[in-house]
Amino acid sequence: MQLNPIEQFQIHNMAPLFSVGGQQFHFTNSALLMLIIVVLISLLLIGATVPRAVVPGRLQSIAEMSYEFVAKTVRDSAGTEGMRFFPFVFTLFMFVLFANVIGLIPYSFTVTSQLIVTACLALLVFFIVVAYGFWKNGLHFLNLFVPKGVPKLILPAIVLIEILSFLSRPVSHSVRLFANMLAGHITLQVFAGFVIMLAGAGILGIFGAALPFIMVILLTALELLVAFLQAYVFAILTCIYLNDAIHPGH
Amino acid sequence: MSDARENGDRGTQRIEEAALSARLQRLNEGLARNQARRPSESPGVDRATTASGYARGFRLSSELVAGVVVGAGIGWLIDRLLGVSPWGLMIFLLLGFAAGVLNVMRSAGVVAGSALDDGSPGTRKE
Repeated sequence: MQLNPIEQFQIHNMAPLFSVGGQQFHFTNSALLMLIIVVLISLLLIGATVPRAVVPGRLQSIAEMSYEFVAKTVRDSAGTEGMRFFPFVFTLFMFVLFANVIGLIPYSFTVTSQLIVTACLALLVFFIVVAYGFWKNGLHFLNLFVPKGVPKLILPAIVLIEILSFLSRPVSHSVRLFANMLAGHITLQVFAGFVIMLAGAGILGIFGAALPFIMVILLTALELLVAFLQAYVFAILTCIYLNDAIHPGH
Repeated sequence: MSDARENGDRGTQRIEEAALSARLQRLNEGLARNQARRPSESPGVDRATTASGYARGFRLSSELVAGVVVGAGIGWLIDRLLGVSPWGLMIFLLLGFAAGVLNVMRSAGVVAGSALDDGSPGTRKE
């Protein structure tokens, strides 16, 4: 195991794919993990829906529970109209959840600890919100930036602040997931490094190593919670942003 | 003969299926009524933030940082494009800070968001 806590986030080229304008594109370990995630989710959901039992089996229960969970999240925060975005939110939720949980397996790679991945997901949400908001509400969508009951005098400043607040959404949306994953994995790695270093320091060190080892176990449990929670937060924020696109008039 | 029996089987099967779908329909209606009665549509973000203090802290700090960063970025861009340095950065950094504080207060639920998770969705369409 490597002792450098940052090394786990390194991208390795695995196979050259194609080049565009002199820029060589590679199939990387990150891409491999994403492929694995997508295949796993597809296998899980297809496998779960094959029996189509009225009384669900284990696998079908998992699929039904995740459906119910995401559907409730969407309905609660974006209303029934938001259900047309259910496939999108469900895909995001499952992808982020699987990426987070698979990243916890030792020697694997956490896709969501790469800012570019979470930024792409957040920007996708952002542009869908903007595009759908304008498509559905026309210029009415701009009402989002004009809060009611504000004196005319300070309205320009408020509108500017609202616009900035809107533009900062994809940043906080992506950075939150990325930073959680990054920090969690670095902490885990540092404590695991303590175990190795102490264990190599003789008899006393082996007893001392028990402490960070317990810490690693506890942290792994915490990270599992964070992995699930961050996927949920990512999904629910997506719903809230979509809600703005569906009902901008306040 | 076996053909006739099969037909009969299929007939009863169809009746059973019809009964089943009727029951499902009734169940769905009941569920819908139940869900309508429930005081749902509460801003779901409350649950997301109260789920753990750690997540809450992370959420709030990232909101603030995002506002400031976006404000600074836009100010810097304006400076570069319009050559009004340092005014763009100064003004937009402050505005970005205000936006960050607004973000934090909104996601903490201190301010009823004017645009964000406010009130009940579905009824607000104008």
